[in-house]
Amino acid sequence: MLRAERAGLTRNGQRILDAIDLSFMPGQLHAIFGPNGAGKSSLLRLLSAEWACSSGRVTLDDKPLSAWSSAALAQRRALLPQQHGLSFPFLAHEVVALGRLHARRGTVTRERQIVDAALEACGMTRLASRSYAELSGGERARVQLARVLAQIWEPSDAPRYLLLDEPTAHLDLAFQHACLGLARRWAQAGVGVIAVLHDPNLVLAYADHVSVIADGHPIAGGAPRGVITPDLMQQLYGLQAEALHDTRDAPWLAIRAAASAECRHAQNHQ
Amino acid sequence: MTTVPRRRAWPSALILIAGLAVVVVWALGTGPFPLPWQQAINVLLSPSTLSPAEHSVLFTLRLPRVLAALVVGSGLAVAGCVFQAVLRNPLADPGFIGVSGGAAVAAAACLAGLGQLAALPVAPQLLVSLAALAGGIGSAVLVIRIARVDGQTQAVTLLLAGLAINALAGGLLGLIAYTANDPTLRAITLWLFGSLARAGWPELVIGAPAIVIGIILLWRLTPSLNALLLGDAEAGHLGVDVRRLRIVAIGLAVLCTAIAVALAGIIGFVGLMVPHMLRLWIGPDHRRLLPLSALGGALLLAIADTMARAVVQPAEIPVGIVCALLGAPFFLGLLLRDRRLPELV
Repeated sequence: MLRAERAGLTRNGQRILDAIDLSFMPGQLHAIFGPNGAGKSSLLRLLSAEWACSSGRVTLDDKPLSAWSSAALAQRRALLPQQHGLSFPFLAHEVVALGRLHARRGTVTRERQIVDAALEACGMTRLASRSYAELSGGERARVQLARVLAQIWEPSDAPRYLLLDEPTAHLDLAFQHACLGLARRWAQAGVGVIAVLHDPNLVLAYADHVSVIADGHPIAGGAPRGVITPDLMQQLYGLQAEALHDTRDAPWLAIRAAASAECRHAQNHQ
Repeated sequence: MTTVPRRRAWPSALILIAGLAVVVVWALGTGPFPLPWQQAINVLLSPSTLSPAEHSVLFTLRLPRVLAALVVGSGLAVAGCVFQAVLRNPLADPGFIGVSGGAAVAAAACLAGLGQLAALPVAPQLLVSLAALAGGIGSAVLVIRIARVDGQTQAVTLLLAGLAINALAGGLLGLIAYTANDPTLRAITLWLFGSLARAGWPELVIGAPAIVIGIILLWRLTPSLNALLLGDAEAGHLGVDVRRLRIVAIGLAVLCTAIAVALAGIIGFVGLMVPHMLRLWIGPDHRRLLPLSALGGALLLAIADTMARAVVQPAEIPVGIVCALLGAPFFLGLLLRDRRLPELV
């Protein structure tokens, strides 16, 4: 299990995260929700061992991340970054194959199957031989998702973790839902999925558990139904929202368009 | 939208190796004392058929020179390939981080100093080479130290510090040249244009194995270099020890460059253009790009050096000039052909 134990982060004298205690269960889609600058991406960086904790620790299987070798960690967790820059002329399928660097490698045929399957899972089969530089922002995001999936494609004895930093940011509506549907299926297959999300309705529709982070600490957590409420929208963003239920009793929030005074509030807020 | 062609690596490697074989025979036969190519091949197979004069020309002059062209060319091209990967900039060059600048200043200072000292215990050429090696490594270490913040090497700072050190080197070089007497000035100028005429067996015995080992060690790093192109954080998530990779890769590339400069002076173009041309040809995967760059750099420099000797016999043009005159139009031609490819837009 992946667990943050009083994990805190200070960078350049600035406190970014405050003693965070969170456990991430394998087999669950755990959403991290909160305003810009709240520390969500920083939390993901601590969880992936990209940054070291300034206080407390993050453990995987009760062993601190600092005690893991980066190659061993690469077989257990993968992280989808927010930025997808690449200044060299790789083809889409070559980018996906980069994900296999420290995976337990199979035969050449098996490796190719994994790359193809990862591309297919992200709907990129048709564009596999295109130059990455030529793809649109959303297509690049899907290639990167395929690379991250390829990294931890094959089941291992210990649970794998998939960390997604705003996976839906560059995607159109259909692919936002396709992406989270994919994340759900991976969670059902036993992978711990941790996703930073900004859309409350995506959290309500797909997450098993949500942690709300504001100003460097968790302010709420639990099943999305009980956490993602109109009150929370008002508290976090100063936005008026109404809770609705569709015909299958799935909850969703209708956000009212912000009046000009509320826009100012949002600016102050940031 | 177009799908990008990917040539296979093995046929390309075979073409380059065949080209190298042809060029080596051509180079051995070329000079003020010409040998027909059939004879050059015969001689390589059974050296005993030669007259003592022929033997001396071939084995003390031409063979070390050809070998020097091969190692220097491959060392520069591989170093360029590695710098481009580590700095994630396809336009990086071994000269960028100050290696050539520092080497040039040290060599020029040494040449100017030699003019004033009558008797020396060591052969002057070896002394100049050693000074160049020390100057190149010294300025690269300085640049890398400046660019290290909290144990991380910043790519942009590295390039900027390299630019500043190169500007400083240019100033110092100008100062040394301006105050030098005529014979010293000529020696400095020759050195700055690069020439393989100086490289004899003693330098080669030290330099060649070092460059070859450097290339082999760098080849082992190529899967990690590929991952590094995604970004430092992403490479870390993929299991690469980014900090260590940078130190080892930059260190080995600096070593290859410094030895190449010590052997042959400043030869531009090879380190920048060879990996770039090959990337257009076989793609950016370093597992193939790096070994092919070694072959391509060797081929380019061997051709350039032989032309430098063949064109104005019995004199010769500095090989750095030939490289630029040959390589730049060729590269522009490639650019004109491929400028619509997405990776160049």
